[in-house]
Amino acid sequence: MTTETDTTETGTTETGAGTRVPDAVAGRRPLRAGPVSAVWRPRGAAVVLVGAAVLVLVGAVSIGRGDYPIAVGDVLRVLFGGGSRSETFVVTELRLPRVLTGALVGAALGIAGAITQGVARNPLTSPDVLGVTDGAGVAALLVLVLAGTGGSAVGLLAALGLPLAALVGGLLAAALVVVLAYRQGLDAFRFILVGLGISVALVSVTSWLLVIANVQQAGLALVWLRGSLNARGWEHVLPVAVVLVLVVPVTIALTFRLDALDLGDDTARGLGVRVDRTRISLLGLAVVLAASATAAAGPIRFVALVVPQVSLRLAGGSRPPLIASAIAGAVLVVAGDLLARTVLGGEVPVGVVTVVLGAPYLLFLLVRRTRKDSA
Amino acid sequence: MSAHTEDAVEHEATTDAGTRLRAEGVRVGYGDTVVVGGTEGLDLDVVEGTVTAVIGPNGCGKSTLLRTLARLLTPRHGHVLLDGRRLDAVPSREVATVLGVLPQDPTAPEGITVADLVARGRHPHQRWFRQWSAEDEEAVAEALEWTGMAGFAERTLDTLSGGQRQRVWISMALAQGTDVLLLDEPTTFLDLAHQVDVLELVARLNRERGRTVVMVLHDLNLAARYAERLVALHRGEIAVEGTPHEVLTEDTVRDVFGLEARVVPDPVAGTPMVVPIGRYVT
Repeated sequence: MTTETDTTETGTTETGAGTRVPDAVAGRRPLRAGPVSAVWRPRGAAVVLVGAAVLVLVGAVSIGRGDYPIAVGDVLRVLFGGGSRSETFVVTELRLPRVLTGALVGAALGIAGAITQGVARNPLTSPDVLGVTDGAGVAALLVLVLAGTGGSAVGLLAALGLPLAALVGGLLAAALVVVLAYRQGLDAFRFILVGLGISVALVSVTSWLLVIANVQQAGLALVWLRGSLNARGWEHVLPVAVVLVLVVPVTIALTFRLDALDLGDDTARGLGVRVDRTRISLLGLAVVLAASATAAAGPIRFVALVVPQVSLRLAGGSRPPLIASAIAGAVLVVAGDLLARTVLGGEVPVGVVTVVLGAPYLLFLLVRRTRKDSA
Repeated sequence: MSAHTEDAVEHEATTDAGTRLRAEGVRVGYGDTVVVGGTEGLDLDVVEGTVTAVIGPNGCGKSTLLRTLARLLTPRHGHVLLDGRRLDAVPSREVATVLGVLPQDPTAPEGITVADLVARGRHPHQRWFRQWSAEDEEAVAEALEWTGMAGFAERTLDTLSGGQRQRVWISMALAQGTDVLLLDEPTTFLDLAHQVDVLELVARLNRERGRTVVMVLHDLNLAARYAERLVALHRGEIAVEGTPHEVLTEDTVRDVFGLEARVVPDPVAGTPMVVPIGRYVT
């Protein structure tokens, strides 16, 4: 190594203004336009483009399936502004909202997972750990089971309607986790432990509510608790879309700071980043995304856990990518819903499919991590 | 050197000519215990263009002092001044364009490449929409070249040896383009050859680039050789400070480190060299 030092001397001769420097850094090709600049990552871009194409295709197949089948080509023609009137009606009014809700919910969960795992620097974290999903579940069940019978708090929740109640429940649970986990800063490990504790407590509340519910309420509650895209209309699409439009730009701007946070708290502070403020803001954004997704479609578990890691493997890099995770999440939920409706038949909730796919993956992650830690 | 920082901290009424970093009556502690500063508070001046080494026995507060100078810890009393301005009064990001810090045990994300890691040193100069400007590219390319790591740019960090990794971290600090550099035990976990290698790099940074360096070092002989100013810390207070010849005397080594030793001139550099006297092997 000492000999290598000598060979570099040529690169360092300082001649005032005309310092000789190598003009490029290997592996970091620039992409520049005016004041905007970024590193060109061909693999990431390819994953996003291919993913988007797959999403459109799977979405079209899903829209085509039903009592009145439409060929994929015709669905695409309608989506891009053609097609007959009856086809247009079936596609845009009846079936597109379901697929769009699925895609947006999946995208929101994918981003929420990518943020949470990026902040915690831990592939086993997801918004589920933040208590969002179970908090939303308890709130939704309170509305379904206790509406009319409960006290004023439940009445207030019920007045919000199921989706908003779920949103509020998710946000409250996450806030509780943050408050309990905060102690002179936010330690990722303590955060996960507190989150798990709160989730378990909330799950037992959910079980209790299911026990005291009558059969019809319990049936409704169980469907909601599995996460379903049945009977979703434009009124379900709009709220998630608005949240995504508002939150994603802020998220993109803030995740830039994870570049510094990835290197540990001290290095990040040395690079001028306010560590705790950044972490809290990012987790807040993840919670809002996950809670709105859960409000729209119920708890679709494992998407936020699995998708960021899969996207990371596909796109490469050192942290789950945001946009690729959004698209992969959308593909997973839309494809899961298609699978549930066609292969499994009937109206199987999409959440069942993601759990069936996600649980083995979680086991795989746990086993791999334990091996690595003991190695 | 100053080209990197001309848009950064304005040089307001600097307290002393040439003082870049100054601790005034600083007392730092965790919980109820005061680790640095004792009862009086600690004063320290870091002069422009010098290499200062902070030495002292384990637990004397070396790292705490360095972390305080780097604003990673907030002193309970007193304050740290950078170019005459209180560190807590300047936005952290702005400080990061003048003052760089390499912590003792920095963590690298799994699978990150050398070039990507070094580029993260540019963070204070970047915005979310400006993540790879021509200046960034130039600074990173130069830092890689300068530390001899350009050939490793596309390798992932986990494929490198400990000494190479330390060079990468120093490249990152270099790419940050700061005049003042604080290094917390940059030679730990390295064998002697790589310790010398890293310290040679620090010396070059100082001589060729005029960087002001403060580092925590364990090895007294290397500290004496590579730093022109030594600060010996004992129980959180400065026991002695000055040139290596002033600080590294047999009395100081006994008082500060509790070690009986002979101090002789280093046969290579002429700087003081501490040779311990054992009880059984003399």
